[in-house]
Amino acid sequence: MMNHAGHMTTSATLLRGDWLPRPSVRGHLRSYVTPFNVVAAAILCIGAPVTVNRFVNGLAATTNLTDDVPWGLWIGFDVLCGVALAAGGFVMAATVHLFGLREYQPLVRPAILTGFLGYFFVVIGLMYDLGRPWRLPFPMVYSPGVTSVMFEVAWCVALYLTVQFLEFCPAIFEWLGLRRWRAWAVWLTTGLTVFGVLLSTLHQSALGGLFLIAPGKLHPLWYSPYLPLLFFASAVAAGIAMVIVESMLSHRVFRSHVEHHDERQMNRLVLGLGRAGAIVLMAYFCMKCLAFAHEHGWHLLRTPYGYWWLVEMLGFILCPCMMYAIAARRGLVWLVRVASVVTVLGIVLNRLNVSIIAYRWDAARRYVPDWQEFVITITIVTTGLIMFRWIVNRMPVLHDDPRYEPVH
Amino acid sequence: MSLNRRQFLKCMGLAGVSTGAAASTAEASTAPHAGNDWHAMLTDLTLCVGCRKCEWACRKANGPTDPGPIDAYDDPSVFEQRRRTNSISLTVVNRVGPTRDDEKPTFVKSQCMHCCEPACASACLVGAYRKSKLGPVIYDESVCIGCRYCMVACPFDMPAFSYNSPTRPAIHKCTMCFERLAKGDGAPACASICPVEAITFGKRSELLALARRKIAAEPKRYVNHIFGEYEAGGTCWLYIAGRPFEELGFPANVGTRPYPELTKGLLSAVPFIQVIWPAVLMGAYAFSHRRETATSANDARDTTEGTEPGSES
Repeated sequence: MMNHAGHMTTSATLLRGDWLPRPSVRGHLRSYVTPFNVVAAAILCIGAPVTVNRFVNGLAATTNLTDDVPWGLWIGFDVLCGVALAAGGFVMAATVHLFGLREYQPLVRPAILTGFLGYFFVVIGLMYDLGRPWRLPFPMVYSPGVTSVMFEVAWCVALYLTVQFLEFCPAIFEWLGLRRWRAWAVWLTTGLTVFGVLLSTLHQSALGGLFLIAPGKLHPLWYSPYLPLLFFASAVAAGIAMVIVESMLSHRVFRSHVEHHDERQMNRLVLGLGRAGAIVLMAYFCMKCLAFAHEHGWHLLRTPYGYWWLVEMLGFILCPCMMYAIAARRGLVWLVRVASVVTVLGIVLNRLNVSIIAYRWDAARRYVPDWQEFVITITIVTTGLIMFRWIVNRMPVLHDDPRYEPVH
Repeated sequence: MSLNRRQFLKCMGLAGVSTGAAASTAEASTAPHAGNDWHAMLTDLTLCVGCRKCEWACRKANGPTDPGPIDAYDDPSVFEQRRRTNSISLTVVNRVGPTRDDEKPTFVKSQCMHCCEPACASACLVGAYRKSKLGPVIYDESVCIGCRYCMVACPFDMPAFSYNSPTRPAIHKCTMCFERLAKGDGAPACASICPVEAITFGKRSELLALARRKIAAEPKRYVNHIFGEYEAGGTCWLYIAGRPFEELGFPANVGTRPYPELTKGLLSAVPFIQVIWPAVLMGAYAFSHRRETATSANDARDTTEGTEPGSES
C-alpha cells in the first residue's frame, strides 16, 4: 500500500528525499564504519588489484623470487608460519578430548576455528605462490610423487583441513539449529581428534623436513637432521601461545560474548597453559641445543649469523620460557600473556630464518620481498580476521549455546 | 650403526604394510646405480676456451627463443659477472680467474649434472622428474604444479623457473638432449659443436676410465679429482680440471651421499607414526576416560553414603 502511494507521488518523494535509506538503515550502515573496517577495506582495496596483477602478469611481476631463491615471503610466512600458528587446534583438542583436562573446554572451539581458518588461508597463500595453482589436486589424485616430503605435507594439510572443518561442525549445526546433525558431529569428536593429532604430528614435522634435502643451502646453525622434531616441538609451543594470545584479543574485541565468563577461572586456565608453555619451550630449547652440538657449530657463533642465532635462541625461546615459568609460579597472568606474544614472535622468526634469512645466506643477490608480496600477505591475514569475526559473531564459539550440552 | 638403521627401516616398512599405507614412500624412484651404461658427459675444463658456442647450440636445440647470431656469443663482456642457468640458457659458461698474471683463466660450463640419484626427482611431489634408463634426468612439464621444491632440493642449483609466464610457468633445465639420445641421433648439441672437444659424450664407465687415463698421463695438468664420480652419490656429468674444484665455484659441501637419502629417514617414519601415535592417543583417552568414570562413580557413592560418618575421602 505504501509503495502504491509512493509511486503516485514520485516527484514529491524525490524532493522529500525519501528514496534515501531510512534513518535506521543509514544508522545501520554507519555502524559499519569502525576503525577496523576502514583499515580492512583499505587493505582489501590495495590487495585486489595486486591479486589481479599476480594472476594476470605472473610471479615475476609481483615477487622478487629468483632462480637461486625460489621460496619467499608467501612460503616463509603465509605457509610455514601459518601452519605453525594454527597448531592451537590440535593442541587444545587433544588436551580436552584425549587427555581429559575438561576445564580447558572453553578454549577448544576458538582454537579449532583459528586452526581451521589458519589452514584455509595457508592454502589460499599457497595458491598465490604456486606456478600453476589450478593443478593443486595433481599430487593427490593425478600424479602422486610418493618420495617427496612435500607430498606428505600436501596430503596431511588437505586431510587436516577437512578434519578441522568437521571438528568445527558442531558449532555450525548449533547455529543452524540442526540438532540431529550436531549429535552426529559430536559423536565423531574423539576419532577426529586422534586423526587430527596424527596428521598434525606428521605435517608439522614434515614442514621442517622439507629443508632436510638442502644441507648446503641452509645456514649450518639452522640446518639439522632434527629439523622435523624441532618444527614439531615449536609448533606445539606456538599452538599454546596462540591460544593465549587469541583468547586475550577475543576477550577485548568480543566483550559481549564473554560477559558470563568467570574471570578467575579464565585466569587459572591461562596460568595452566603458561605452565605447559614453559615445559614445551624448555624441551624445544634443549632440542635446539642438541641439534647445535650435533653440528659442531661453535666457531660459527662469533659471526653475524651466530649473533642472530643467539638472538633467536636466548631472546625468543629461553626468555619466554623463563617468563612462562616465573608467571606460572607466581600467578602472574599478564606475564603469561607477554611470554605468549614473545613466543609467537619467536616462532615466526624461526620460520623466517629457516626459509628466508638463513636460506642461501651466501647467495650473491639476497632476496628481499617485493612490496606486492607484503600486500598479499597482509590481505590474506586481514581476510582471515574478517572471516573469524563473521563466524564468532554468529556461531557459538566464544560462548556455549545454552540449548546444548557442552562437548567434552 | 648401518645395520641398526637397516633393521629400523625394515621394521618401519613392516609397520607400513600392516596399515596398508603408502610404504613405497620409503623407496626411491630410481634404481640404485644401474649406472655403467648410462649416457654421460665429461667436460675437460683445461681445454675449454670460453667460446660459448655450446650456449648457442644449446639454445638452438632446446631454447624457447631464437639463439640469435652465433658471432654475438664471442663478446667477452658477459664474463664480467658470474651467471647461472636460467629459463632461457640451460647451460652457461663462466670465467674464473686469472688470479695471477702468469695464470690462464679457467672457463667453467655448468648445466644440470644428471645425478645418478637425483634430489629433484625425490623432492617432486607430482613425480614430474625421472631418471631415464638412458641416463639423463628428465622433467615433465605436463604434471608440474610450479611449487619449485626441486630448485630448493638441487645441490647444484640448476633447475630454473620461468617466473614471467603467468599461465605456463615451468622448470627449465638441461635434458642432455634426451630426444636426440633416444632416437640415437648422436651426441648432445653442446658436445657436437665444441671446437676444442672439451666435452666428450659416452657411457659413464667409459668416461670415468678416460678421465683417469687423462689424469694419469698428465698429472701436472690436472688435479687428481673427477668431479661427479662420487659427488652427491655420483652424477652423469663429469668434470676434470687443472685447479681444485672449490676454486672454480663448484659446491664444496655436497658430500658423497645420494641426496634422496636425506629425507628417506623421515618418510620411513611415517607408517611407524601412523601405527604408534593413534594407539598411544587412544590409550591416553581410555586412561583419562576410565579415571573419570571411576571418579564419578566414587562421587555417586559418596553422595549416597555421605550421611555415614567416616566416609569422606
